[in-house]
Amino acid sequence: MQKNIMLFVAFLLSVSVFSQEDLEEVKINKKQKGIKKSYTLTANTSVITSKELLKAACCNLAESFETNPSIDVNFSDALTGTKQIKMLGLTSPYLMITEENIPSVRGASQAYGLSFTPGTWIESVQITKGAGSVINGYESISGQINTELLKPLNDIPFFLNAYGSTDSRFELNTHFNKKLSDKWATSLFVHGNARVAKNDMNNDGFLDNPLGKQINVLNRYQYYNPENGLVSFINFRYMNDKKQTGEVDFDKDRDRGTTNYWGSEINTERFDVSTKIGYVFKDMPYQSIGFQNAFNSHKQDSYYGLNQYDIKQNSFYSNLIFNSIINNTMHKFTTGLNFSYDQYQEFVNLTDVSRIDNSVGAFFEYTYDNTDNFSLILGGRVDNHNRLGIFITPRLHMRYNPWKNGVIRFSAGRGKRSANIFAENQQLFASSRTFSILDSSGKVYGLNPEIAWNYGVSFSQKFKLFNRNADAGFDLYRTDFQNQAIVDVMQSPQQVLFYDLKGSSFANSLQVEFNYELIHNLNLRTAYKYYDIQTDYLRGTFQRPLQAKHRFLGNLEYETDLNNDKQWRFDFTYNWSGKQQLPYTASNPAEDQFPDFSPAYAVMNAQVTRVFSSVFEVYVGGENIGNYKQQKAILGANDPFGPNFDASIAYAPIFGQMYYAGLRFKIK
Amino acid sequence: MNKIVLIAMMVFLGFSAQAQTKKNKNLKYATEVNGNCEQCKKRIEKAAYGVPGVKTATWDVSSHQLSVILNEEKCSPSDLNKAIAKAGHDTKEVKATDTDYDNLHSCCKYVRE
Repeated sequence: MQKNIMLFVAFLLSVSVFSQEDLEEVKINKKQKGIKKSYTLTANTSVITSKELLKAACCNLAESFETNPSIDVNFSDALTGTKQIKMLGLTSPYLMITEENIPSVRGASQAYGLSFTPGTWIESVQITKGAGSVINGYESISGQINTELLKPLNDIPFFLNAYGSTDSRFELNTHFNKKLSDKWATSLFVHGNARVAKNDMNNDGFLDNPLGKQINVLNRYQYYNPENGLVSFINFRYMNDKKQTGEVDFDKDRDRGTTNYWGSEINTERFDVSTKIGYVFKDMPYQSIGFQNAFNSHKQDSYYGLNQYDIKQNSFYSNLIFNSIINNTMHKFTTGLNFSYDQYQEFVNLTDVSRIDNSVGAFFEYTYDNTDNFSLILGGRVDNHNRLGIFITPRLHMRYNPWKNGVIRFSAGRGKRSANIFAENQQLFASSRTFSILDSSGKVYGLNPEIAWNYGVSFSQKFKLFNRNADAGFDLYRTDFQNQAIVDVMQSPQQVLFYDLKGSSFANSLQVEFNYELIHNLNLRTAYKYYDIQTDYLRGTFQRPLQAKHRFLGNLEYETDLNNDKQWRFDFTYNWSGKQQLPYTASNPAEDQFPDFSPAYAVMNAQVTRVFSSVFEVYVGGENIGNYKQQKAILGANDPFGPNFDASIAYAPIFGQMYYAGLRFKIK
Repeated sequence: MNKIVLIAMMVFLGFSAQAQTKKNKNLKYATEVNGNCEQCKKRIEKAAYGVPGVKTATWDVSSHQLSVILNEEKCSPSDLNKAIAKAGHDTKEVKATDTDYDNLHSCCKYVRE
């Protein structure tokens, strides 16, 4: 009961109306599902629970979406091993990615930020498709991803996870937790990973995965006092990540800055401090006030061959939120203020493109719930930003249950952002392309802010099929860009052009889902996705490069019933990706060309977990067990300083099959 | 002397009377309401929200407890009980009329005490 009250308070305080109800749902069920979909939430939000995260290797947040139908995982390039996520066919810059409702992956951390959150730290992930809430900002266009980390007051005293794989990656996660008093608790998470050996499975002379080392430490404190309704979190975090990639023979001490061998290093150091304080009014559980502050410093020093790219971002974010009701809890509102400050020190091949951004904004979000079958969230915010100007961001979500176990949702909203064109597209530095910005009148690298409207409808229905649980549904979204910072690789293989959208650009997506419990404890999840993402380029209209038009996901999970805390769990995931438009390379010599479209391919992953007791479990698994490899991954690999070199065109796995094993040990 | 005592008593009573009339804007009130199912829950909560001054209302299917926060300046617990009874559900304080009870959906016809 105590725990429930605490959860309830935590849930009231949690900033967005969306995540509130999720938390409640995730906690109450004993046998929880991996992905939870709600039939009563207003927005199209699904929750990935920690159980789902155990289904795959899931070393970090970027890798935790492989079994999720809403999010597509792609490879960002042929060198860094970085996985890139997309929602509704748009890459992560168009998503708002937050950690405990504080914007986390943005600006300088856009390319690699998702790999800086270790998987074992995560309690749950909430994924909202479409416009999303206005509470955390104006930047989200196609969706929001919020990660909740483990809470010190609920955590176990000790947790250990060790992992090793055949691509010579090793990880160690240790969690320590201590209850300092009945109101204070603290957790210390220490994560280390390393890739120690060089792999070149496709024999092109280049590493398939970077050598790397990461140390990542989080210390957090939680305070909760049920008598006066005060809750607080204080977090300190330090992260240091080093990667080296490029030619197998590249020696960073000897060859950096020369044309002996092509190589690259990406070194990132990050420091975060964040605090949250929340207060629930006495005798008024529906009224609360929250105040969040976060400071972070993110520094990346890197070079890709002879291209040097350094960026440092110092950010401050502050958010004051007040939740209450109008007359009764059928009419709720959330209102407050945001402030953000970003100082970028950015050097592209020693050209200084530094800038300072700041914004202040106010938001108001009204929620109506008839407590039965209809709810609505209407939100708006006004911001004053030194580069984006003064602007309004409206968002609307509606939900209607026409009959039992069926739900129809609608959403619409506007998003606006400044594109950090270099940080977001830094994989292009690993090529001989010259970078040109064709516009100069805008305020962000000469470009204007990106503005888009997103609309969506979805329907989902639960039912019984042969007396077993099933659900089916579809969703349909459209994103219309009024302006977009176009990244054009369709004109010449020696160039990348950046310019403001001249014609039209849109992204349509359709997802059809069917999930079914085939036999007791054996669950099937399937999804088909169709994307039509077209952009008018300088010359020609094309599908967005490296985006499949058709995708299919299948996941099978089986688990035995718990027997004296012992259990077997089996998982199999099948991901099929149709042909993808590739960047234009037809003017290159024949051996350095790609066809217009990539071939279709499938990737299969599997994992077996053996739970020996509530204390100890072991897992083994394989990724890409069909061993599909992109045959030609790097153009001009034999002449990396020549005009045709390009390592940024990755449409499929480079490495081939990979096997891993790990263990988890808990002291409760 | 008697007079003084009388005055003192009057003052005292006056105070307590005043204390009684000071109305709680966030009164927590809980009572037992008879019902069966999710449909009852919706009906009971809807009836509670229909009373001006009720800020939040939750009825628990298994324990039959209705928990409410209400503004005493706008309504009283007895207004709430009457509204719930009008919707067809017996509360500890007010019983529903037979007509209102008979109007309930068949699955909602709880066993009356």
